[in-house]
Amino acid sequence: MRSAYINKEREIEIEKEIEREKEKETEREMDNDSKFDGESARVMMKELRETYSTGKTKSYEWRICQLNNLLKIAEFHEPEILQALHSDISKPEFESFVHEIWLIKTSCKLAIKELKRWMKPEKVGTTLVTFPSSAEIVAEPFGVVLIISAWNYPFLLSLDPVIGAIAAGNTVVLKPSEVSPATSSLLAKYIGEYMDSSAVKVVEGAIPETSVLLEQKWDKILYTGNSKVGRIVLAAAAKHLTPVVLELGGKSPIIVDSDIDLKIAARRIISGKWGCNNGQACISPDYIITTKDFAPKLVDSLKLQLLKFYGEEPLKSDDLSRVVNSNHFNRLIKLLDDDKVSGKIVHGGQRDIVNLKIAPAILLDVPEDSLIMNEEIFGPLLAIVTVDRLEESFNIINSRPKPLAAYLFTNNKKLKEKFVGDVSAGGLLINDTTLHLTVPTLPFGGVGESGMGGYHGKFSFDTFSHKKAVMYRSYLGDASERYPPYTTRKLRFLKAVMNGSFLDIFRAILGWP
Amino acid sequence: MGGEAGDDPNFEKDLEELRETFNSGKTRDASWRRSQLKAMQLLLKETEDEIFHALKQDLGKPRCEAYRDEIGTVTKSVQYALGNLKYWMSAKKVNLPLIAFPATAELIPEPLGLVYIISSWNFPFGLSLEPIIGAIAAGNVVVLKPSELAPTCSAVLASVIDKYLDNKAIKVFQGGVSVGQQLLQHKWDKIFFTGSAQVGRLVMAAAANHLTPVTLELGGKCPAVVDSISGSWDRESTFKRILGGKFASCAGQVCIGVDYILVEKRYLSTLVSRLQIWIRKMFGDNPKECLARIINKHHFIRLKNLLSDPLVKASIRHGGSLDEANLFIEPTILVDPPLHSAIMTEEIFGPLLPIITLDKIEDSVKFINSRPKPLTIYAFTNNEKLKKMLIAGTSSGGITFNDTLVQHAADTIPFGGVGGSGFGRYHGKFSFDTFSHEKAILRRGFLTDFWFRFPPWDDKKLQLFRDAYRYDYIGIALTFLGLKK
Repeated sequence: MRSAYINKEREIEIEKEIEREKEKETEREMDNDSKFDGESARVMMKELRETYSTGKTKSYEWRICQLNNLLKIAEFHEPEILQALHSDISKPEFESFVHEIWLIKTSCKLAIKELKRWMKPEKVGTTLVTFPSSAEIVAEPFGVVLIISAWNYPFLLSLDPVIGAIAAGNTVVLKPSEVSPATSSLLAKYIGEYMDSSAVKVVEGAIPETSVLLEQKWDKILYTGNSKVGRIVLAAAAKHLTPVVLELGGKSPIIVDSDIDLKIAARRIISGKWGCNNGQACISPDYIITTKDFAPKLVDSLKLQLLKFYGEEPLKSDDLSRVVNSNHFNRLIKLLDDDKVSGKIVHGGQRDIVNLKIAPAILLDVPEDSLIMNEEIFGPLLAIVTVDRLEESFNIINSRPKPLAAYLFTNNKKLKEKFVGDVSAGGLLINDTTLHLTVPTLPFGGVGESGMGGYHGKFSFDTFSHKKAVMYRSYLGDASERYPPYTTRKLRFLKAVMNGSFLDIFRAILGWP
Repeated sequence: MGGEAGDDPNFEKDLEELRETFNSGKTRDASWRRSQLKAMQLLLKETEDEIFHALKQDLGKPRCEAYRDEIGTVTKSVQYALGNLKYWMSAKKVNLPLIAFPATAELIPEPLGLVYIISSWNFPFGLSLEPIIGAIAAGNVVVLKPSELAPTCSAVLASVIDKYLDNKAIKVFQGGVSVGQQLLQHKWDKIFFTGSAQVGRLVMAAAANHLTPVTLELGGKCPAVVDSISGSWDRESTFKRILGGKFASCAGQVCIGVDYILVEKRYLSTLVSRLQIWIRKMFGDNPKECLARIINKHHFIRLKNLLSDPLVKASIRHGGSLDEANLFIEPTILVDPPLHSAIMTEEIFGPLLPIITLDKIEDSVKFINSRPKPLTIYAFTNNEKLKKMLIAGTSSGGITFNDTLVQHAADTIPFGGVGGSGFGRYHGKFSFDTFSHEKAILRRGFLTDFWFRFPPWDDKKLQLFRDAYRYDYIGIALTFLGLKK
């Protein structure tokens, strides 16, 4: 009896050991599965190309279905999205709702509403030179598209381009930013659940995974981020002749005149600066240029409104995002602690290193060669540069790389016209900040260092489409003048046609001089 | 300013002068742009003989071809640009959704700045001047680097551009690979390249360093799908147009030339025999007078090698004779050379025309799709179903039905590639757009503001926004009217 009992015990032990081994094996397998390397990328690309070649993503039905499913993510998972955004960057609920969820919903609904119209071929007229003929421009998808998004608006900047890519009939790979990990895994989860996973995929990860992705041959890439990585993306795309949209940033200036409603201007400046992810937005006002005389009044008004918005202790306010991580926190502290700006901080700048918060800071009269004036701030520090005459601001702006946005607050018509004519930026806004991002009829994109290409609204559909020129020729008239053997008379006829002159054509045919 | 760039210190000085010109704002003026376009009209009119002579010298191009494909098309394009410039330059008002009320918005095109145009040797005047028209119309300053493989044309371009156009704003730098490479190290605001995919990659890689946007006009193997055509007039026109699109334009050295034909087996013999007859009619008596020659020995040898494969040689049905001394190749037709041979895997860019036979013409869709996307697809058919199948089922820069090459002269459709055939486009307004930045402008007043726009945020404000969103625009408009400061 005893030996039977011992055997039973041993049996149980062995079973447990086998169980443990199995668990370890599964863990090892899972580890290997989660590694995204060259082989995984090749397999993924093969699948996407096969899906694309079936033609399914080109159909209106598929596109509408995917867009509706994407809308469901925004509609049914609001609490989870808000939670993720709060976890990643302590984004205030209001901002998360208005700047990310709401914008995605409107963008998606617009695409659903307009898709049929966008997909229709555009008929165009033709000229005498190709008569008789007719022509049209047909939008077709590129194929397999890569979207690399950023950490500051991780939900918006991931899904807004995806909406455009799907509406245009492409298969898509989205690479969210690893600096916003909660939103990244939320996107991976819900896109996996709601979207057609044979055509829309999420690859999470950091530099190694991004590098592997960039080695593949894409039909189009849209990258949102900084210009350093933008160059890397463009260089990688060059190997495969892949067209690229780069949504970068820059130092977006605000020129502030003295003839304005100061209270409203101050509120709008604050809303565009600290009300947008606490200054961590590509179109956040970066620095102000105003006259020496007006600067003190402006500073006072800003201080007053900042108090109203964020209270006496802004570090404790829930209405301000935190700085995303310690790297950026340290970077911003360095800008504040730069010798060249010592004594220039006229408001705020208190820091909470534990919670990665910096109180809204205003620096007045910063020198042009200070650190803060030579990199994109991307944080809650607002630099003010003062000039004698406001007209000098144009030289200051034009001597720097072209920004993504430029702002002007004035009632002076002449100044407005000079601003519009002389300042080159992705987009210009007069008497407000950042709003143009919400207008779907305006293309959103940069120029020069702030990027190339644009999207939003129909521009998203266009950016992810190849516009194919289709020409229909008739057999009706076939001028022998086109063909050899060539004669002087034929040359005359050709000249007449090219010049569009009926009289000359007539004369050439009849052989008149 | 038309001399060799190389180590010439004027190279840097010239670029500085161009930037100064741009910064002065002169090129933004409508009157300057108009004056330059008019000057180009005069250039084309007065130097026509010089241009004819240069093209004959470098490419043996007959005058009709030179006019039809280069001088004539550019003349027409300048005319079109002059006629439309005011509209192209104007601000375009944009509709705003109600939520943006009150505000106005518009799109204003502005020049990019310093533009670098690299052109090709096969249509040295056309491919240089056509992009310049767009660049000037858009208000930019320009550097043109013509191809050194057509040296006479390059020299004429340098001299006539210097003479007729504003040489503080438009300059020509002549030279070869080293000059091209040096220029690429510079920071340009836009690069427009016409040429091969291999060099296209180098151009784009160099542009990446400066985040310079690029247009690449490359090439590819452009197929001509030939369906059965009923009606002898239509049929004969088909054959003429195919030959015109192959041999009668720079001897097939053209990016949108017919590279190969796809036809059903049962029509092959008719096709071959009619093509042969028309070749004799068009080129028979004096082929060297009616056909351009091969640009240089390197390309001649390349084409010769395409025919050296014994299986390829065996598939020749017409022509095949090569005159190395005169760089002349007779119009050559081949039937079903092996699909893996170089002549069927590389862009031919010469007067060799393979015909590939299929069981059914619908198989052409699969055939085309298994190869890199070409710049153009041609299809000769009156079958509406086949047309739709090709449009929806294949991808290319463009498709032209029942003719060849004419799409190049059209001002209302974009001209450019996709995938391996390039990206970006031009011609007509597309040229203006390709050299412009479309700047978005939004203007608001101080009159109203949505009080719930500003923090401190509370549940009430958030709820209001949610309600406003659910009621859509009407609700938001109602909310506007209940302003609180």
